[in-house]
Amino acid sequence: MSSNLAAGDHPVYNYKVVRQFAIMTIVWGIVGMSVGVLLASQLAWPALNDFFQPYSHFGRLRPLHTNLVIFAFGGCALFATSYYVVQRTCQAKLWGGWLIPFTFWGWQLVMVLAAITLPQGMTSTKEYAELEWPIDILIALVWISYATVFFGTIVKRKTSHIYVANWFFGSFIITIALLHVVNSAAIPVTMFKSYSAYSGAMDAMIQWWYGHNAVGFFLTAGFLGMMYYFVPKQAGRPVYSYQLSIVHFWALSSLYIWAGAHHLHYSALPDWTQSLAMVMSLILLAPSWGGMINGIMTLSGAWHKLKTDPTLRFLVVSLSFYGMSTFEGPMMAIKTVNALSHNTDWTIGHVHSGALGWVAMISIGAIYHLIPVLFGRAKMYSVQLINTHFWLATIGTVIYIVALWVNGIMQGLMWRAFNDDGSLTYSFVESVVASHGGYVARAIGGAFFLSGMLIMAYNVYRTVSADETSDQESVTPSADPAAAAQTA
Amino acid sequence: MSTFWSVWIIGLTSINLALIIWVLMANRKVAVDDQADPDDIKVTGHIYDGIEEYDNPLPKWWFQMFVITIVFTVVYLIIYPGMGGYKGLPIFDGKTWTSRGELARDQDIARASYVDSFGKYSDMTIEALAIDPKANKMGARLYSNNCAVCHGSDAGGNYGFPDLTDNDWLYGGSPEAIKHTLINGRQAQGMLAWGEVLGEEGVVNVAEYVMSLGGRDHDVAKAEAGKDVFATCAACHGADGKGSYAAGAPNLTDDIWLYGMGSITEPGATAKEIRQSIRNGRHGVMPAQKHKLRDDKIHLLTAYVYSLSLVEYSE
Repeated sequence: MSSNLAAGDHPVYNYKVVRQFAIMTIVWGIVGMSVGVLLASQLAWPALNDFFQPYSHFGRLRPLHTNLVIFAFGGCALFATSYYVVQRTCQAKLWGGWLIPFTFWGWQLVMVLAAITLPQGMTSTKEYAELEWPIDILIALVWISYATVFFGTIVKRKTSHIYVANWFFGSFIITIALLHVVNSAAIPVTMFKSYSAYSGAMDAMIQWWYGHNAVGFFLTAGFLGMMYYFVPKQAGRPVYSYQLSIVHFWALSSLYIWAGAHHLHYSALPDWTQSLAMVMSLILLAPSWGGMINGIMTLSGAWHKLKTDPTLRFLVVSLSFYGMSTFEGPMMAIKTVNALSHNTDWTIGHVHSGALGWVAMISIGAIYHLIPVLFGRAKMYSVQLINTHFWLATIGTVIYIVALWVNGIMQGLMWRAFNDDGSLTYSFVESVVASHGGYVARAIGGAFFLSGMLIMAYNVYRTVSADETSDQESVTPSADPAAAAQTA
Repeated sequence: MSTFWSVWIIGLTSINLALIIWVLMANRKVAVDDQADPDDIKVTGHIYDGIEEYDNPLPKWWFQMFVITIVFTVVYLIIYPGMGGYKGLPIFDGKTWTSRGELARDQDIARASYVDSFGKYSDMTIEALAIDPKANKMGARLYSNNCAVCHGSDAGGNYGFPDLTDNDWLYGGSPEAIKHTLINGRQAQGMLAWGEVLGEEGVVNVAEYVMSLGGRDHDVAKAEAGKDVFATCAACHGADGKGSYAAGAPNLTDDIWLYGMGSITEPGATAKEIRQSIRNGRHGVMPAQKHKLRDDKIHLLTAYVYSLSLVEYSE
């Protein structure tokens, strides 16, 4: 290893951009989740809306929260892991020259612009696609660069096959490009205002085709790619079934794209569209669980490692939450169930069992795996703190989703309760009053999760800033990237 | 839906489902022993960054679950609309399923059940219903859903919306008058705008005279000047200012003000609102309910509104 390389730098691979994205994952995670805890508190104690009106209002901050946790936190985690995994499994240095730093700085700029424009009320009003058209163009440019770098590296690979993790990353990158461009098509009026190119029920359909596949490809396929590398790597076990990866990859990629209309059950959308969305969502159950099975069964023969390795625990628990929320999703897509769950807190609970339990936990596990490798350390500063983080995150997620299950089902039942004279039993505001306890519990659950992220930030800071000379054993055979790269 | 789009949808759906089934079947290996020692299972031979892949078969229960959901889908798409222009089987009262049809059926069932709950009250008098606890409860729910948004959930009214509990009425408080109000609504004929006719001085003078009617603080000289002008007002409000149900003209001698209830404690607020009424007029509207609510519901609602000021009496 050349002596003029910085700690953690690799003679073959580009780790710099991976390091940048990995650190920003933690930073954006803390910022985005802080906004989330504030929003949860505002719902429990509405006076908190008022500290800096109108910028502090729930309606302004809610899209900021979703953009920061999905695209800034989740996005940086995906960039970091995909850039790392594609290099390691293709045995090729990241291809693309200046496009690589452009994806990093461009993406950070998008997120900073989101934080500036959304609180000012600049919004296209499309959920998860609120950013106005100039930012949308920047996103498209970054994303095309990302695709170029990723697929360029695949083309330059030195392995004969393409590893399953890269199928999922590739599917995620291509589909998000398509979704973003189609859904964000708009006619600009000024620099900060545009109107959707679609109208009425078609606009709603395209919005939820986008919205659900942002979940399906950004938050599922992308993170399955992450799972397929970090679970077998951390467990030191082969992937359970190659056949299963093939079947569930193709089924998941082709079926997800149909499911978006289940967000519009019992709406002005034509009956046939709702039917197709429902049945395609149901078939999705098995392909979704394929990923969970492949991840969890990979651990057979390595279960004992869970006792000592909290990073592995993050990865395994994330798969459990993934299995739970991908069971819940198809059930909620059944029209009869949706009649109860629609527009209630159950939906928000479902999203967070996926977002906190699956997306955040697997990202956290992956980052704990990556930080020592990227910065040339033997291990994280404190394994005990990872364990503390694990329990805060798990307990926080459970409190959060249980609170919203209770709230959601209660709201659904209250809204549909009729007296025998045909009048509504409860007014809407009565259901809001009844939800207060759940809102408080949700804020507490979110605070648990956020505090875990702060512990992570401290642990990572101590790991990265530790005196590297006292840590020379860091380049152990298993953690030595060069040695590992030569194994195949 | 045009034939093209119908074929397009049927084609895409069928091709996708067929591909899924093909991928599922093509990768199904049944001969591998599930109970084999994990270490004996073959690996595929690919190694990526140290990661190997086992050649395990698809788990049986997972495969079966997949097949069940596909079978469910096929059956569902035969029974219900989904495949483009195909409408499904005509097995729902002899028709194919539509969301409109399902809504209409649900509404028919509900309506039939309400005949019993409302029907028995239709023959009772308003006076009797007003003291019937069950009828009052149903009336109260109708009130919450249909009236509370303007008149307040406590029926205490709001600026421009009359208080229904104070036994002070614009158009009369008899059961017949209340029912008429509910069925046909009320469109105020006045208050006409007098600002241009009277001039600002005239407006101020009449307002002071109106203030004097209820014995409130007023400017004696201006009130005296306004007294003559009030002859015009008397056409609706009466010479004594006590108002008229026929004209919907409020009583000006009491302390109940349709416009300005909220600000009544503010010094000068009452006089200011009165001047505003005289200068620019007022045009309150109570919307007719006959197209919205059935007769039996209006009957119960009348009794409920009537009961609100009965309570006032008894206190």
